[in-house]
Parts: sequence; C-alpha cells; structure tokens
Amino acid sequence: MSITGEEPLSAEIIVVTSGKGGVGKTTTSASLATGLAMAGKKVAVIDFDVGLRNLDLIMGCERRVVYDFVNVVHGEATIKQALIKDKRHDNLFVLAASQTRDKDALTQEGVEKVLDGLSKEGFDYIVCDSPAGIEKGAHLAMYFADHAVVVVNPEVSSVRDSDRILGLLSSKTRRAERGEGPITQHLLLTRYNPARVALGEMLSVKDVEEILGILVVGVIPESENVLAASNAGVPVILDENSNAGQAYRDTVARILGEDRPLRFTEVAKKGFLQRVFGG
Amino acid sequence: MGILDFLKRKPEPTASVAKERLRIIVAQERSTRGAPDYLPLLRNELLEVIKKYVHVDIDAININVERDSGHEVLELSVALPDGKTAP
Repeated sequence: MSITGEEPLSAEIIVVTSGKGGVGKTTTSASLATGLAMAGKKVAVIDFDVGLRNLDLIMGCERRVVYDFVNVVHGEATIKQALIKDKRHDNLFVLAASQTRDKDALTQEGVEKVLDGLSKEGFDYIVCDSPAGIEKGAHLAMYFADHAVVVVNPEVSSVRDSDRILGLLSSKTRRAERGEGPITQHLLLTRYNPARVALGEMLSVKDVEEILGILVVGVIPESENVLAASNAGVPVILDENSNAGQAYRDTVARILGEDRPLRFTEVAKKGFLQRVFGG
Repeated sequence: MGILDFLKRKPEPTASVAKERLRIIVAQERSTRGAPDYLPLLRNELLEVIKKYVHVDIDAININVERDSGHEVLELSVALPDGKTAP
C-alpha cells in the first residue's frame, strides 16, 4: 500500500529479446502472453518491430489491425482503440507494430506514455516483443522492463548475441539506471533437438547454461508444430498435444513461480508400435 | 568413398568445439564490456603513428581500462619487434 492509501496501479513489464533474429522471439511472445492470459492475468502484448509487423500474424489477428503502436504514441488513436482483443481469451490484447518506414517513430517518452496508459487500464502483464538487433527498437523494448526472457538457440552466434543482450539488460534499462534492483533475467532455450545433442552435434542445455552463467527457465524442443501453429495463426502454447506447446506451458508456470521439472530434453524412447511404423 | 566408409560414417561431435570457442569469445567480450567506445579507434590511430617508426602489427598493441576505487587507468602496451625499423 502506498502512503496515500491507494494501491498504485502497475503492470509487470516483460521483454522478450535475443539480439539475433529468427530464434523464436515472436513465437515466444505470443505463447507467453497467451499462457499468462490462460492463468487469468490481464495481458497486453506489444510488437516493437516498427516497420515489420509480425506478431499480429502469429496471434492470428492480422485482419483486425486498425490502429497501431505508433498511432497511439502520436495521439492519433487512444490505447483502447488500438488494442485488439484476442478471439480466444477476453483478457488478452494485442498492440500491433506500425508499418511506417520512419525508424524514429518511437521515442522513450512515447513508449513510457503507452506503458503507463496500459497500467492505468488495469493490465497485470505487458509483454514487449523486441525486434532483433541492439538498435533503438530493441533498446526501447527492454528499457522499461521488470523481467526479461532472453530467447537463445543452441548455436554459436545466438549464444554469443544473448550474452551481449544479458549485459545490456543489466546496464541499459531504467531499473539499472535508477538503481532499482536488477531486472529478472530468464533464459529460454528454443529449437532444442535432444537427438542431435546426444550425438554431440548440438550444444546441450548444460553447455549453454555454463557458457552464459545463467540457468534456463525452459527448453522448447524443435517441433514441426511450431510452423503449423504460425501457419494457422494460433500460438503454439494452445496446441496441448505438441511437445513445444507443453514446454511453453511449463515455462509460463515457472515464470509465475511454479516449480516444474524440465521435459523433452532427453531422447524420447520409442514404443514398439512407433518403432515398427515409424514416427 | 567406398560403401564401407559410407556405412561407418559418423557425424563429427562438433558441439564440444562450439562450446570451447564460445567460452573463449564470451570471456573476452565480457572483459571489454563497458569500456569506452573510442578504444578500438584509439588503438588504430596509435598503430598508424607507431607504424611511422617501426613495423608493428595491430595485435602488438594492447589497450586496457582498469577501474580502481573511483578512478580509471588507461593501460597501453606495445610489443616492439627486435631491432627492425621502418625504411
């Protein structure tokens, strides 16, 4: 409780970032936001990739985009007008990226205004889907965050870039600048292939944890269901029969403080019928 | 490649190579993190000056910033080749 006796409204801000492109940031943002909404939280997920709009496709709401993030920053639309309500969850909203070519369309003040506005609307979580790279867009996506999910693939360039991002998270955020205590860093290993790890062809969970000096919050196995889900515009976490979907459910539960063991990190033993018929 | 070679062919266990390379580069990049952005440029310009007098390679110049209780020390070392000067 604050001194005035009013509970300050404040949403938890989570940035999904990686440095390297194509490692699964948007897939993760969509599943994380959906998972938090499934847990009963009021969630907004924002696409920070100004110029390239992607999150709306992965969330399956691309035909309902009227106003975008930059419209709100410029005062051309209110936050309420720009938020797109998810078809499947009443408490989940998407804020699409602008397709403007003006890279300076987002400013720190503008982003702060939108995040404060969302807090006042009573959102519990704001998920910020960062663009690749370490330029302005990525910087703005992480600047106001309380928590970070760093998405990494078991591959040399991705691991190196995520170390760079971990360094930026601990120095170039508002929390760091104000000395408000460190941002919580979660490492999420995606596109993991246990069979290739067993053959010594791919870095293992332990290898990545050792190199980066941080434990993983989840491991998402490489899965054909991820492409199928994005084809259909349904976040893969909703595919409860897929390993990737289940691994995302475990990850969201861990981020919410639950203790769950890692799954799908060992080579699955095939049953007799699978061995005979394949699959 | 004979058929026996093909059957015996095993994928290279390259993950250990990746791990070792990453361990080195990540440690190196962490040590220079937070250092001023002008250091690489300073290093190149110093090299140009030194080259006027002696033949040295960029790797022969080592620049470090050490933080020591409130003040920073710029440490610079140049390994000169033995006895050879530029024309």
